Amino acid sequence: MHNSIVLVKQVPDTTNISGQVMKEDGTVNRAKLPAIFNFEDKVALEFALRIKDEFGGKVTAVTMGPPRASDILRECLYMGADEAYLITDRKFAGADTLATSYVLSEAIKKIGDYDFVFAGRQAIDGDTAQVGPQTAEKLNIPQITYSEEILQIKENCVRVRRKIEGGYEILESRLPVLITVLKDAAEPRPFGAKRVMAYKSAKSLLELEKMAEGNSLLYIDKLVYEYKSRSLFIPTLTADDLHIDVARCGIKGSPTKVYAVESVVLGGSEPVRIENTSAGMISLIDKLMEDRILG
Amino acid sequence: MNDFSNDVWVFVEQRNGKAADVSLELLSKGRKLADSMRGILKSVVIGEGVQSLAIETFRYGADEAYVADHAYLKNYATLPYSRLLNELVERHKPRVVLFGATIIGRDLAPRVASHTRSGLTADCTDLQISDVSYLGKEYKNLLLQIRPAFGGNIIATIIAPDIPTQMATVREGVMEMHPLAQPHEIRISEISFSPNGVDGLVSLIEQHREESKVNLKSAPIIVAGGYGMGTKENFRLIHELAHTIGGEVAGSRAAVDAGFIPHERQVGQTGVTVRPKLYFAIGISGAIQHRAGMQEAKKIIAINTDPDAPIFDVSHYGIVGDATDVIPKFIEAFKSRLK
Repeated sequence: MHNSIVLVKQVPDTTNISGQVMKEDGTVNRAKLPAIFNFEDKVALEFALRIKDEFGGKVTAVTMGPPRASDILRECLYMGADEAYLITDRKFAGADTLATSYVLSEAIKKIGDYDFVFAGRQAIDGDTAQVGPQTAEKLNIPQITYSEEILQIKENCVRVRRKIEGGYEILESRLPVLITVLKDAAEPRPFGAKRVMAYKSAKSLLELEKMAEGNSLLYIDKLVYEYKSRSLFIPTLTADDLHIDVARCGIKGSPTKVYAVESVVLGGSEPVRIENTSAGMISLIDKLMEDRILG
Repeated sequence: MNDFSNDVWVFVEQRNGKAADVSLELLSKGRKLADSMRGILKSVVIGEGVQSLAIETFRYGADEAYVADHAYLKNYATLPYSRLLNELVERHKPRVVLFGATIIGRDLAPRVASHTRSGLTADCTDLQISDVSYLGKEYKNLLLQIRPAFGGNIIATIIAPDIPTQMATVREGVMEMHPLAQPHEIRISEISFSPNGVDGLVSLIEQHREESKVNLKSAPIIVAGGYGMGTKENFRLIHELAHTIGGEVAGSRAAVDAGFIPHERQVGQTGVTVRPKLYFAIGISGAIQHRAGMQEAKKIIAINTDPDAPIFDVSHYGIVGDATDVIPKFIEAFKSRLK
């Protein structure tokens, strides 16, 4: 039996960003961007599910984010996670990687009882690859980043092949360990049809509160009880639930600040246009040869 | 109000006792940063048999080197390396610590930043020292950490104003290497090390490495293709053109993601930064992450079907057309000119 905790993140689809999504303080207004499941985190979940398939145990997905991040938690349940936690609080907003890893590590400690923590190597919105190692440090456990394959799990140890510059290495770590995975390391399994049917109405506390707000006949405590008893409750942890040092969370707890944001304005220098003809090519080649760039 | 130190440190990454290029590039940059705040530049060298490497760091501007030399430290390992750096950073509180944005740097820097609660910014494309006024407060000699963000439509300047140590990672090739004609006097501080139980939680079983034969950084001509090439078949034209004119093949991140070309040939913020004599950008729209890696080429030729593609704005010559049509014409014209 090996329990895993998987860190997942909902990310803005950064391929389509317009100026309107930037707030004045330089942070991103995520509400204006399509949100997707960070792919490497899905691969991380697949790693955890494979361990569960082979050894048994429990897979718990964890995300820190705004309420709508429950969307990817439901996807985790569709794939096979046993439980999915939403870590959310206004106090966590605007966190850099240090403040994020602090909250995540506290949530992991609260959930407890794990042999593995998995995460994608990096998220596409920042590409920093920092939250994994920083969370491992705060949990005081070893880390194996850039992992490509789990080769063996034996007793209290895991062997992992990881990428290095120009090749790979095989490391053996004692458990518990935090492992970050590369996007080609495994193909995430498709959603199970039965699981989608079962979990599509899974709801976080915030979503249930919203339901209760809109209907005077619903009482939140009763709703939570009902969803819990049907295993459709997405546990939700806020700053109060974690008993953490608020000064280390969110924008307050983030040593790095966005000082300035500049839209990239291009233009000014127009290139010399070359006709897409043989004569055009020859004139270009002649110019390059004249400048001793070519030939 | 500034009672922080003015030390700039560079973590010097090594393999088999040889320094990574990116570390020497960062020493050259670190020298400038240290000068602009009248601080000193220190190299941090960890490994086995690394004395000569430590001495080499003075050629790139170091004023002092911390050296931890121990058989146990021969290969990079997260736990002992981060433990050493944590202790050094906590004791001396450097103002700036720079790491290469290599796999090692990206494994190590966050671990150290977390332990020392330092700010850390990944993949900076520029670093400057400047006085800053932020939220009504004045800060002297802050490190401006400049990087493209959010899909490359913006350039963000990150600061870490209220803490002793600011850390950043930088990709290989982004900074230029400048060996000094007259290095400073060599001052080495030996750091004692003995392995402890925690270090042994992870052990290296085996390692396979081939030194990359690709050296984009020193290629005078680079022919790069992007996602706009459409298929791997079409991408062969990039190889053909490179072969004809004696260039190296490269690609954008999208081309790497599409499987047209291996990652080691990626040009851009998360790949290699190059400064060739001639750079072809073919079927590359020109996201800032890509431009960050090539805009200092002496001459840039862009080929794209979209006349409004941003790549044209950084190019010297632009051809609007389909690559499968333009490249064969160019190759033919080139061959005819060589006759």
